[in-house]
Amino acid sequence: MTAMRRFLPGWLSSYATLYILFLYLPVIFLPIFSINTAATPKFPLSGITLHWYEDLPKTPALIDATWNSLLVGISASILSTVLGILAARSITRYRYPGRRTINGLIMAPLVLPEVIVAISMLLVMLQLGLSLSLFTVVLGHVLVCIPYSMTVLTSGFEGFDRSLEEASADLGESAFGTFRRVTLPMVAPAIISSLLVCFTISLDEFIIAFFLTGTEATLPIYIWGQLRFAAKLPGVLALGTLLLLASFVLMTIAEILRRRAARRTQNEGGLHA
Amino acid sequence: MTVAAEGSPPLRMAGARRNPLLQSEAVQGFALISPTFVYALILLVLPILVVIAHSFWTQNYLTIDHTFTLENYRIALTEPIYRDLLWRSLYISLTVSLLTVALAYPIAYFISFHGGRHKSLWLFLITIPFWTSYLLRVMSWKVILGYNGVLNSGLMGLGIISEPSDALLYNSTAVIITLTHAWATFAILPIFVSLEKVDRTLVEAATDLGDGPLRSFLRVTLPLSAPGVISAALIVMIPTVGDYVTPKLVGGKDGVMIANAIQAQFGKASNWPLGAALSVTTMIIVSLMAGATVLVIRALQRLAR
Repeated sequence: MTAMRRFLPGWLSSYATLYILFLYLPVIFLPIFSINTAATPKFPLSGITLHWYEDLPKTPALIDATWNSLLVGISASILSTVLGILAARSITRYRYPGRRTINGLIMAPLVLPEVIVAISMLLVMLQLGLSLSLFTVVLGHVLVCIPYSMTVLTSGFEGFDRSLEEASADLGESAFGTFRRVTLPMVAPAIISSLLVCFTISLDEFIIAFFLTGTEATLPIYIWGQLRFAAKLPGVLALGTLLLLASFVLMTIAEILRRRAARRTQNEGGLHA
Repeated sequence: MTVAAEGSPPLRMAGARRNPLLQSEAVQGFALISPTFVYALILLVLPILVVIAHSFWTQNYLTIDHTFTLENYRIALTEPIYRDLLWRSLYISLTVSLLTVALAYPIAYFISFHGGRHKSLWLFLITIPFWTSYLLRVMSWKVILGYNGVLNSGLMGLGIISEPSDALLYNSTAVIITLTHAWATFAILPIFVSLEKVDRTLVEAATDLGDGPLRSFLRVTLPLSAPGVISAALIVMIPTVGDYVTPKLVGGKDGVMIANAIQAQFGKASNWPLGAALSVTTMIIVSLMAGATVLVIRALQRLAR
């Protein structure tokens, strides 16, 4: 039995390593084949080149798609974070009937098939006579970003010590002053983290953009269009690698900030409790 | 902003249960959440109601005939093409959720029980691939499984096969592999959370009372982590049944799923009511399957004790 107990963690950690490999392996092939000279992705590589990357800025459709994606991503992340702040603050600070139901409804897009969410929104927008554009894409992205924003923000808001705000008000600070000098510094990391998470989701989101956009393409839609042409694959892989890098950097910053936010509210709350 | 500063400490609140203060507390909380709530009502609840309404109507070339009919549901449930797609989608999503949960459980267990100081690093490592574009992850599986792909050239290089196999890509197995990879993180996190909640002293007690590691795992840890297993299974099962990108990119003819048919009704075929009926049918059937899964897991949980 003791032998088994010693054997088990060893077995488990090798399984964990294999699993991480399985998670990362497919992703790693994108950068590898994006510097291959041949257009077909196979081993051994026929040579190393950066010219697929050099071609990227020379493609006007890609430049347009990039601007569209940035515009949609920034608008969607700001809107969903504002709505997320309101909801997360309400959920963590107040008790009222129906709180759980409302929370469940707001989180629902997380577990619904995206195609169904997308076509339902499409139907309503067409019925309302909204013409499909980047604006409708933003509306859709906000809906799917709010649950993630809520998750990040509630973990930042929980354990937030209200007595600090009380103390500030008692010491004569105005409501706005309290917000600016006490509340904001404590929740700022969580808010920035939520903005980054939402931006990343919007940047990578395909299905909803695919259904709700008019003629303007976002980056994933541009990629989808290129996938039909085998010869364009290395360019897509190069673009994908850049997107991968962008997501990775953004998410690392978001994670560091989220942890700092959680630590800050907990420590300072604990100190004064 | 004023709301943020007007906070009252929880102690005073507890004493004032039946006070008007509670009223104002509820009103404030509700007022604060209402913009987000209204947003979800307009862009989620209303659209779903509109889809349900459409599913009882008929497409009349460019206009919609609003007389009530069940014809769309008859087509969705009895036409062989839709019935087959529905069955295949259910089969794929069930297989994927079982596989993902089975593969994810040991990882979640390892991180929770043997992660030590590196718990959050492990979790971060696992979430990173999830944050990369879904489209790109599916695409990389296409690169791996393709005729000239990594797997074929690797197997040929090792001398295991003499010519590339075309059995790897464009079938439902390729869809299952890709989806299992894509949803891994979603399964690990809920299981990890529920394992974290397992009281370690109970496991110790079982060991002290003579249960070996395997028995104490099967009789204590596993049943106590059932809620995490349930949410992991549901989080994977419900969205994957309606996946569009994966079957389209790696599924070929043999791997088409119901979402592709739904999309076609809103695109080329332009039959919104039928598309709506297919969506509603899919949601209802996957909910039933999800409910059944919950019951099965709960029954197993009771058996284990």
